[in-house]
Amino acid sequence: MSPKTLYDKIWDAHVVDTQDDGTGLLYIDRHLVHEVTSPQAFEGLRMAGRKVRAPEKTIAVPDHNVPTTLDRDDPATMTEDSRIQVAALDKNAKDFGINYYPVSDIRQGIVHIVGPEQGWTLPGMTVVCGDSHTATHGAFGALAHGIGTSEVEHVLATQTLIQKKSKNMKVEITGKLRPGVTAKDITLSVIGATGTAGGTGYVIEYMGEAIRDLSMEGRMTVCNMAIEGGARAGLIAPDEKTFAYVQGRPHAPKGAQWEAALNWWKTLKSDDDAHWDKVVTLKGEDIAPVVTWGTSPEDVLPITGVVPSPEDFKGGKVEAAARSLDYMGLKPGTKLTDIKIDTVFIGSCTNGRIEDLRAAAAILKGKKVAEGMRAMVVPGSGLVRAQAEEEGLAQIFIDAGFEWRLAGCSMCLAMNPDQLQPGERCAATSNRNFEGRQGRGGRTHLMSPAMAAAAAVTGHLTDVREMMAETV
Amino acid sequence: MDKFNTLTGIAAPMPLVNIDTDMIIPKQFLKTIKRSGLGKNLFDEMRYTQDGAEIADFVLNQPAYRNAEIIVAGDNFGCGSSREHAPWALLDFGIRCVISTSFADIFFNNCFKNGILPIVMPQEVVDILMADARKGANARMTVDLEAQTVTTSDGQSFGFEVDSFRKHCLLNGLDDIGLTLEKAAAIDTFEASAAQARPWV
Repeated sequence: MSPKTLYDKIWDAHVVDTQDDGTGLLYIDRHLVHEVTSPQAFEGLRMAGRKVRAPEKTIAVPDHNVPTTLDRDDPATMTEDSRIQVAALDKNAKDFGINYYPVSDIRQGIVHIVGPEQGWTLPGMTVVCGDSHTATHGAFGALAHGIGTSEVEHVLATQTLIQKKSKNMKVEITGKLRPGVTAKDITLSVIGATGTAGGTGYVIEYMGEAIRDLSMEGRMTVCNMAIEGGARAGLIAPDEKTFAYVQGRPHAPKGAQWEAALNWWKTLKSDDDAHWDKVVTLKGEDIAPVVTWGTSPEDVLPITGVVPSPEDFKGGKVEAAARSLDYMGLKPGTKLTDIKIDTVFIGSCTNGRIEDLRAAAAILKGKKVAEGMRAMVVPGSGLVRAQAEEEGLAQIFIDAGFEWRLAGCSMCLAMNPDQLQPGERCAATSNRNFEGRQGRGGRTHLMSPAMAAAAAVTGHLTDVREMMAETV
Repeated sequence: MDKFNTLTGIAAPMPLVNIDTDMIIPKQFLKTIKRSGLGKNLFDEMRYTQDGAEIADFVLNQPAYRNAEIIVAGDNFGCGSSREHAPWALLDFGIRCVISTSFADIFFNNCFKNGILPIVMPQEVVDILMADARKGANARMTVDLEAQTVTTSDGQSFGFEVDSFRKHCLLNGLDDIGLTLEKAAAIDTFEASAAQARPWV
């Protein structure tokens, strides 16, 4: 047998049919659903008189629109159109008999945090969702990617997806990370190196010592942003950490089935002599804490750097960089650490898990946010929130002057009331710094939770390593 | 889905790279539960001021391009979110074809599900098409899907690649779900054997 990558193996295990031109029909093991990209799909089913083929493999949760303030039971906290969208998901989940975590359920949260947390996401699966950050689930060695609403309808009706196979790309992070450097810095640095189209046409497998050393939370952060590098999906081969994370979760296999699953999961890795169409290697020790300066996730620099000039770039990026600098209100040559911020957002499917909150709280313990700072922590799920309260993290955030919110997507994409005003500048742990992403005219700098916490304290972008030295 | 055969129309030049789906249709317009009516908000924050007035120099507000049916764009068009509202907004505005050196994967797939043809061309061809698009309303470009060619207003013709299955679906306006349901027996068989091999799924 010819050697295979992990992607090849998962693909082969899920092909229902292959057409002459190579187009495959892929079986889908888990279909996650949220309220924004699904209403038209369910409506399509109704109009055609179709059912959901595998409701037991379909999991829905509202996350994008839901307010994260403590008074969200009050319908007045949502706009009319948001209310209609959430109500539509309530009704569709009930009518079509799919698994559902309503806003009132403590297990509600961001769909990409709920899936792994509840054990829906397992190694070797195919996982799709009408959301580009579905790549998150690749951290378990599951082939997971975003789809559009027409494809959501297709999966609901047929439990399959029509797909062209992607090429294989290896991203290796060798060696150890330095102190203060996190999974977020890895994933941003990779995008900085390859560009936002560097992964287009590929499925990435992340490997190397620095990836193996990451916790499952960190691995989810890395895979989450594979899409920002243009890749269809990001994958990390499952190992003992993966199995330990999965074991005992509500929807994970148990007993004899656990043993059988484990036997198969242990085979899920790329063969040593597998063929890679593209290889990118970064040294872990070369990665610094990074921030973004522009309006594309590829606009990444170490925090010790300065704002670049459009002339530093080539081709179409010259005009794009000039536009970004204008939008961001930044002058070339400014030290990144001199950029003042007025808002801090810690949360999202990229960095809304317990480990992210621990990292931020470790920086904030005994400190206060800078004067006038609007700072919020939005846990990724109700269970993350509960755990953070139990660990005393919530109190650290509250004492530091952060708002301690309920779970949702919140200011990552500002579909709920959590938005930036024009000209406001935010240190954000989310995944996109696009124009208007966090609110029209809002300016976003992406970074790790520890870096965002450091910026909250000083009021400007800050090298977290300096603050760590202080703490020691 | 409407069929796509040939299209002769005005092409709007949008040379900016990395035009993302947040630019194409900002999030406040994703709260709809319908597919239609998004055209007026296509490129909303580039097209209108905060109080709703048109921004005169934005390409689709210029008299020559108000009826554009083709966009010639910079690299990596459609990156970011999976929102199918992006192709819905393009289609509702009247755009049936986008030409660029590269597209983001999910956006690319979403186009084909909505009768929009995304065409990948090498940089030197995109440069020529961009120059042609800049000539304005009198310069009409022709896209012929059957022949797989794009022809400029002065008659230069360039071939492009498209997957045969996607081409077939676009030419005939076929619904994917209907096609897949013809394979229901194969799905049943797969499901039964997968349930044996991986009963925990």
